[in-house]
Amino acid sequence: MTVASADTHPLTWRLRADDSASDIKLYEANDGYAAVRQILNNTAPADIVKLIKAAGLRGRGGGGFPAGVKWELMPAFDPNAPKRYLLCNADEMEPSTYKDRLLMEQAPHQLIEGMILAAYAIQACNGYLFLRGEYVLAAERMQKALTAAKEAGYLGKNILGSGWDFELVLHTGAGRYICGEETALINSLEGRRANPRARPPFPQVAGLWGRPTIVNNVETLCNVPHILLRGADWYKQLSQGKSTDAGTKLFGVCGRANKPGLWELPMGTTAREILEQHAGGMQDGYELKAWLPGGVSTDFLLPEHLDTPMDFDSIGKLGSRMGTGIITVVDQKPGIITVLRNIEEFFARESCGWCTPCRDGLPWTVKTLQALEQGKGQPGDIEMLERTTKLLSPGYTFCALAPGAMEPLQSALKYFRAEFEQGIAKT
Amino acid sequence: MSTANQSTVIQPDGATAEEFVLSSEERAEIEHEMSHYEDPRAAAIEALKIVQKHRGWVSDGAIYAIAAVLGITPVDLEGVATFYSLIYRRPVGRHVIKVCDSLTCMLMGYESVLDAIKRQLNIDYGQTTQDGRFTLLPTCCLGNCDKGPSIMVDGNTHSHLDAEKMVQLLEQYK
Ligand SMILES: Cc1cc2nc3c(=O)[nH]c(=O)nc-3n(C[C@H](O)[C@H](O)[C@H](O)COP(=O)(O)O)c2cc1C
Ligand code: SF4
Ligand code: FES
Repeated sequence: MTVASADTHPLTWRLRADDSASDIKLYEANDGYAAVRQILNNTAPADIVKLIKAAGLRGRGGGGFPAGVKWELMPAFDPNAPKRYLLCNADEMEPSTYKDRLLMEQAPHQLIEGMILAAYAIQACNGYLFLRGEYVLAAERMQKALTAAKEAGYLGKNILGSGWDFELVLHTGAGRYICGEETALINSLEGRRANPRARPPFPQVAGLWGRPTIVNNVETLCNVPHILLRGADWYKQLSQGKSTDAGTKLFGVCGRANKPGLWELPMGTTAREILEQHAGGMQDGYELKAWLPGGVSTDFLLPEHLDTPMDFDSIGKLGSRMGTGIITVVDQKPGIITVLRNIEEFFARESCGWCTPCRDGLPWTVKTLQALEQGKGQPGDIEMLERTTKLLSPGYTFCALAPGAMEPLQSALKYFRAEFEQGIAKT
Repeated sequence: MSTANQSTVIQPDGATAEEFVLSSEERAEIEHEMSHYEDPRAAAIEALKIVQKHRGWVSDGAIYAIAAVLGITPVDLEGVATFYSLIYRRPVGRHVIKVCDSLTCMLMGYESVLDAIKRQLNIDYGQTTQDGRFTLLPTCCLGNCDKGPSIMVDGNTHSHLDAEKMVQLLEQYK
């Protein structure tokens, strides 16, 4: 095992054995806010965007969109309309995801530093950290850290004498998975129902209160200070030999493994290494039947796919998505129909109800799966489920919730068709 | 003097249901939240949470009173209040138990934990015990999947649960 160091484990090297959060003094003593001090008076915002782009930082919220490219899509700064916003997406509600929680509970200042630098790069005057309501400990620790950062002069007016102001506010939510969808998040932040918005215009152009807005995931933003301190080449070599995607990633395993958990590893580490070396393999009596690479909105993969590097492109080539990068191992005990029924119940319950295919299609899917689970499926059910995966695919619904719900279903139909057939009632 | 923090709910038959007055503390907390946003309505969810913190739930009267402070219509605020799962529009027990029923907790056996809670408290999802101590609700993933099965009671997340541990755990909540 390698020892965690700033060089190899930028996101987690400061974490403490007792799971407590570093306070601002300890954080500063470990190079904390060094990037803010170095950048603020010496680097032009546009150069930061260039550096993040050159480093190849891709969004860690699940989509993998390059962060620097997203930032560049903002209109040029206009002194006559100076208000722009940075939102941190800390809604983390995708089943089987618990990485942002760790970053906020145990390294709150790292996220704040990342947000300050990202906001400076896009010239945002205000930032909001949109945190899901159930993350009570994260809220406490983030609020404490925000207060300390403000007292130390890293937030507020004229930060470190740079003439630039940045206010950062913690906003806690009140439930509902859909709040994590970036335009729904903006509506929720404005105090409305969390229905997604039509695109275009994209939030970069017209987001919060109609003004240019960037939404980034917690883990994405936590990478920013390290890239600015150590450079794009260092960031790219973190995954050297394993992946063309840059950096490290918080990977995890949950389900019936021996040691479920979360580890910072080079991008492109194989799923097999993560499961066997870090999570200690499957528990006795539980066999690996299938796995989800990163949350329930990704397609199932099989044991034969374990040697694939965990990065956006390699998992994408298999017809799935890396998503959040936390592997769910599905064992042989519950049938795949039961697993799917659980997943689709989640999506049906969390649908915002805005568009018909999703609002009606998901409960219908659940009903069909329940029937199949009880051996009461009707002839034609399998074909109907197949058709549903098309009717709820990208382009037919307002946001990506419904297409995400179809990913496990379509891959189960591909890999485990016999189990669907067994659910059809014998006449 | 405006009566923004005071309201009477008019029922369809013209009868008045309830007098509701925001306490000065609630009002001050809501106004503080409003100061964080350029548009006061952005504090809507926070305002609902503030009243719920003080009273346990959000009554019809509270909807009228909060809407008046925010400067939006009651029906607009009602749409917000009913959207979010952590806002309770009906009274709940002193403690709210939320059982994670998402995928990983299912793989780890949450169903036996849920059965144990239902047996012990003799309630189903959506119900409150007769003594007003507990309300039972399902929740989606609590972000604690590597330590499941997980439940949340009030603000506390509990990990690695099984049926046996439930009896003792619920005893902590009076
Ligand atoms: C239904 C739904 C839920 C989502 N939930 C989250 C979430 O909880 N956290 C997150 O960072 N992104 C979530 N996303 C993705 C966001 O819309 C957005 O792409 C992301 O925050 C962008 O950040 P990134 O570019 O840094 O990855 C969700 C998307 C959808 C469709
Ligand atoms: S796809 Fe579903 S969640 Fe997304 S906007 Fe439509 S109804 Fe809402
Ligand atoms: S699935 Fe239960 S905490 Fe994540």
